[in-house]
Amino acid sequence: MLGLTRKDFTLLLVVVALTLLAPIILNPFPVSSSLGQSFNAGYPALLQRFAIFGILVIGFNILFGLTGYLSFGHAAFLGVGSYAAVWMFKLLSYNIVPAILLSVIVAGLFSIVIGYVSLRRSGIYFSILTLAFAQMSYALAYSVLTPLTNGETGLQVYASDPQILAGAGAPSAPHFFGLPMASSTTLNMGGWAFTFEVGYYLCALMLIAAFYLSIRIFRSPFGMMLRAIKSNQTRMNYTGLNTKPYMLWAFIISGMYAGLAGGLLAAMDPLTGAERMYWTASGEIVVMAILGGVGTLIGPIVGSGVIKYLENIVSKINENVLHQWFGALPDPIENGLIWLVHPFVGEGWHLTLGLLFMVVVIFLPGGLVQGGQRLAALFNRKSGTVTAADRDAARQKSAE
Amino acid sequence: MSKSNFSRRGVLKTGAVTGAGLMLPTYLRAENHTGFTNAPTGDTVTFGFNVPQTGPYAEEGLDELRAQELAVEHLNGIGDGGMLNTFSQKNLDGTGILGKKVGFVTGDTQTKSDVARAAAQSMIQKDGCIMINGGSSSGVAVAVQGLCQDAGVIFMAGLTHSNDTTGKDRKANGFRHFFNAYMSAAALAPVLEKAYGTDRKAYHLTADYTWGWTQQESMAAATEAMGWETTQNVLTPVGAGDFSSYIAPVLNSGADILVLNHYGGDMVNSLTQAVQFGLKDKMVNGKQFEIIVPLYSELMAKGAGSNIEGVYGSMNWNWQLQDEGTKAFVKSFGEKYGFPPSNAAHTCYVQTLLYADAVARAGSFNPCAVVEALEDFEFDGMGNGQTLYRGSDHQCFKDVLVMEGVASTSGNANMVGYDTLKIVEETLRAQVEYAEDHPMFAGGALGDCNPGA
Amino acid sequence: MDAIVLQILNGLDKGSAYALIALGLTLIFGTLGVVNFAHGALFMIGAFCAVTMQRLLSLSHTVIDPTQTDFLGNPLQTKVPYLASVFGAEGATSLIAWSVPLSIILVIPVMLFVGWAMERGLIKHFYKRPHADQILVTFGLAIVLQEIIRAVYGANPIQSPAPPMFSGSVDLGTYIGFQANAVVYPIWRLVYFGFSAIIIAAVFAFLQFTTFGMVVRAGMADRETVGMLGIDIDKRFTLMFGLAAAVAGLAGAMYAPIVSPNYHMGMDFLVLSFVVVVVGGMGSLPGAVLAGFMLGILQGFASMNEVKAILPGIDQIVIYLVAIIILLTRPRGLMGRAGVMED
Repeated sequence: MLGLTRKDFTLLLVVVALTLLAPIILNPFPVSSSLGQSFNAGYPALLQRFAIFGILVIGFNILFGLTGYLSFGHAAFLGVGSYAAVWMFKLLSYNIVPAILLSVIVAGLFSIVIGYVSLRRSGIYFSILTLAFAQMSYALAYSVLTPLTNGETGLQVYASDPQILAGAGAPSAPHFFGLPMASSTTLNMGGWAFTFEVGYYLCALMLIAAFYLSIRIFRSPFGMMLRAIKSNQTRMNYTGLNTKPYMLWAFIISGMYAGLAGGLLAAMDPLTGAERMYWTASGEIVVMAILGGVGTLIGPIVGSGVIKYLENIVSKINENVLHQWFGALPDPIENGLIWLVHPFVGEGWHLTLGLLFMVVVIFLPGGLVQGGQRLAALFNRKSGTVTAADRDAARQKSAE
Repeated sequence: MSKSNFSRRGVLKTGAVTGAGLMLPTYLRAENHTGFTNAPTGDTVTFGFNVPQTGPYAEEGLDELRAQELAVEHLNGIGDGGMLNTFSQKNLDGTGILGKKVGFVTGDTQTKSDVARAAAQSMIQKDGCIMINGGSSSGVAVAVQGLCQDAGVIFMAGLTHSNDTTGKDRKANGFRHFFNAYMSAAALAPVLEKAYGTDRKAYHLTADYTWGWTQQESMAAATEAMGWETTQNVLTPVGAGDFSSYIAPVLNSGADILVLNHYGGDMVNSLTQAVQFGLKDKMVNGKQFEIIVPLYSELMAKGAGSNIEGVYGSMNWNWQLQDEGTKAFVKSFGEKYGFPPSNAAHTCYVQTLLYADAVARAGSFNPCAVVEALEDFEFDGMGNGQTLYRGSDHQCFKDVLVMEGVASTSGNANMVGYDTLKIVEETLRAQVEYAEDHPMFAGGALGDCNPGA
Repeated sequence: MDAIVLQILNGLDKGSAYALIALGLTLIFGTLGVVNFAHGALFMIGAFCAVTMQRLLSLSHTVIDPTQTDFLGNPLQTKVPYLASVFGAEGATSLIAWSVPLSIILVIPVMLFVGWAMERGLIKHFYKRPHADQILVTFGLAIVLQEIIRAVYGANPIQSPAPPMFSGSVDLGTYIGFQANAVVYPIWRLVYFGFSAIIIAAVFAFLQFTTFGMVVRAGMADRETVGMLGIDIDKRFTLMFGLAAAVAGLAGAMYAPIVSPNYHMGMDFLVLSFVVVVVGGMGSLPGAVLAGFMLGILQGFASMNEVKAILPGIDQIVIYLVAIIILLTRPRGLMGRAGVMED
């Protein structure tokens, strides 16, 4: 179906179901409950980020997962895409279509240049070249290119901007031919409230499309070629094959994914700053990919989801919240527990991230997806069925 | 669609409908209930404290958080009431705001615009916050201010010193209690003239981003007006760590003043290194070479240690002020935490109370009512004397402090940064005021207040 | 002319720090084949050893002074260092002022231990894993280490001054024929440069002239053969890891008076030092040192007003620009070996 094998199609269906139902799935607790206030993640702004960073890392995975080339400057394409989109808002109108199109195109052009130069080297030399380009983009956008980027403040739309295509009475926020990204509807069920937002569903559809495309790429002859390059590039060269164009295409596709993500970020929230291109942002993309599971189809979505959850949910758990949690316990136990938990939440969320990351790299080289597979295998030994993800990983293994 | 409204938020979210052409976010639309975003319906009202808890400004952010928590305690009637006792308005009596208890959530901005906006969005969308307070950088303040404007909640900026926050990027839903680069320069100039004379050549090192530029522009304008010459303005990368390549040429440039338009860790390093290069003990043009740091903070002073001795700078407020409001605040903060509050803490504390008072005076949490109550609002008893929230740009006007770095008076290591800054002048408000269309602040428009739904 | 001399001095100084970190990175990489992203964190821990020394020396007991009051009106609690009871108040102060150089006696054992623990506890299990995994696990470790330091010491930079004897500046220009005030340079930076030169020389001498070093060099060239000759190369490599950590730690501790230690300084240096290593060529010790000094000096020149007037912002990107140019013209950096880290 859709040119996919049955297993891949099942995986796609799972992703479709998960993304479409995310506003419900990620709000498992009643809104006013203490657990809900701490752990619910189903609000539009975060859902959008889950989808957008999912797209970004799926794209990164096409480069890193298939070819093994570790780009350490991938955030540059995200930033460039965002700048392009906001400029479209400033010049044309708040309609997101031209903005997203241009962000993909500009990121694509940018990645042709950077890719062409960086791909002349391999291994760590490639990583450092991409890092150098991204850092240069960041430094210039932050300072010298301020007329173009509005520097530290971030590029945003002002009332005085031309917006030549915006008619009178046009929405003053990003919209899809008049349908505002921020409009939403809320479903109340008992203590639960589920918010469905236009912006999120746009991101969700893009994510599904991006995911579908990535399956097709993984399964295509082009994808096979990239894997072959990963396993032994020298041998490929000796067979008389020029691997360069394949690598460059992978790099460009990956850059365009990042551009799309950047454009979507701007479409959801029309302000963009240079720090989107800083090396730590690039590092975060690598971390997301590895955490989820490099070279697997679903890994990128898992990895980006976990990191964004930590960043947005765990960082908000402060001492007061902890007191609420453990308030029912006797004082010494309460204080003891808080003393134990506090370093890892709130401002200590980076520590949790670092530890989680180390644990995953040490024990689950295949990322969280592998962890899931091990768990599944544990149950499967009893039931005798194999999940799609499992088979996918098995196929990855044999391909490598 | 179910219509049951058991929870506070259930009521808020009832039956919002998607509509083409609607210009405002409708996700928290509360049709015919309230008419504004996150209207509190239960017995609590939630504030969002969005401060840097990780990254280079984390200490400052944590100090802001301490003050904010203290403010919430005072609003809810816990503790000694702090500045509520000295505030010229008496609408707050320790029973919360309009009968509602005050709750709060915290977020981490990491001093990155993207992250700060994500945190603020989560506070607005998930936690139902009616007001966002805090922050420690102008870029973040401008970013979050824009977000709050669009979402229809009030933003009380934290430590943001760029002219742009209430200039080019001013917004109707945003207010700034903190002073700005122009006011720093206006307050410093007379003191500098008295101390160093009118015939000086100044060399500027400027952090290469918008705050640095507005700071440098303001300092250059104010010092040139009294006869100084600006010999050179060198832009330095943010977070450079080692500024030696920028400091080394200063001594031989013919300048006899070095102005460090740096903040935070950059200022600690550049000042320390400038002192190491012997700048403070050289004679140039027959005059003693001097260093100026236009914007001081206690935490910077702590980081720079004894290097700040004899260096002039400015502050929004300082715990050593002798007015009743300051004394009350220092007492409650000091008793709770064991050390004096920083000026970032003061700003965030005061703004929380000011917001609460504006709501009480307006009789409503509606952002537009709050904006109206705060615009051209004049008050006293919060430190800095008589203070005005100007309606046309939402900037606070009050006395500005000129500080000089001195040797620690107590010799207590824990007080470094707090007692190594001495107030040398309380520059009167009239001297730092400017027209709202001053060229350094031009190009912005407040727009209309946005109540959200 | 004097401006150029100054920038060369600055470059040598910056370059010293880069070179020391890059040297340690290359040692680890060359001997163990591990890419250590936590190396910046080791530099940072070194700097915090200096802070710790300062804290240790100023460990005090509290004396309540009823004649004075603190800011809240309570009786003033003053802290008197324990050292004061041994050396007197003045002696204690001057001893504390020397905490940065004194911290060397703390840095060496601490860093050797940290290096040893890292290698035995973590890195050992990653020899056979892909370079990407090594990068990632050490990156995770770097985050954890820096968060621990933040939890203990806070996020504010901590002033750690040089001893009074070295804290001023010296007018070098007058010695070489410039006019007064033309080339004024801080003494501690000269000390730092000299210190780095000694360390670099010591490391090279150690590898060049000792049997131990000879075996290690042989192991770097061909680990398997050396192993087959019956030499327990692993044990030596563990020691090399400790040594590299100590070099990074010393670089950090002595750097504390120049840039006040803060918890994220390791990350700030990490990226730059990787660029340095790669420009120098993976696996080449002389390359790392050469590239460190070269990039330091180039950065100094790029920061000159005359250069910035022509190319605004060049000082912020020069290192990366040079890295790109070198990598495109010399595929393996200045002195890199073929086949190392290219896959």
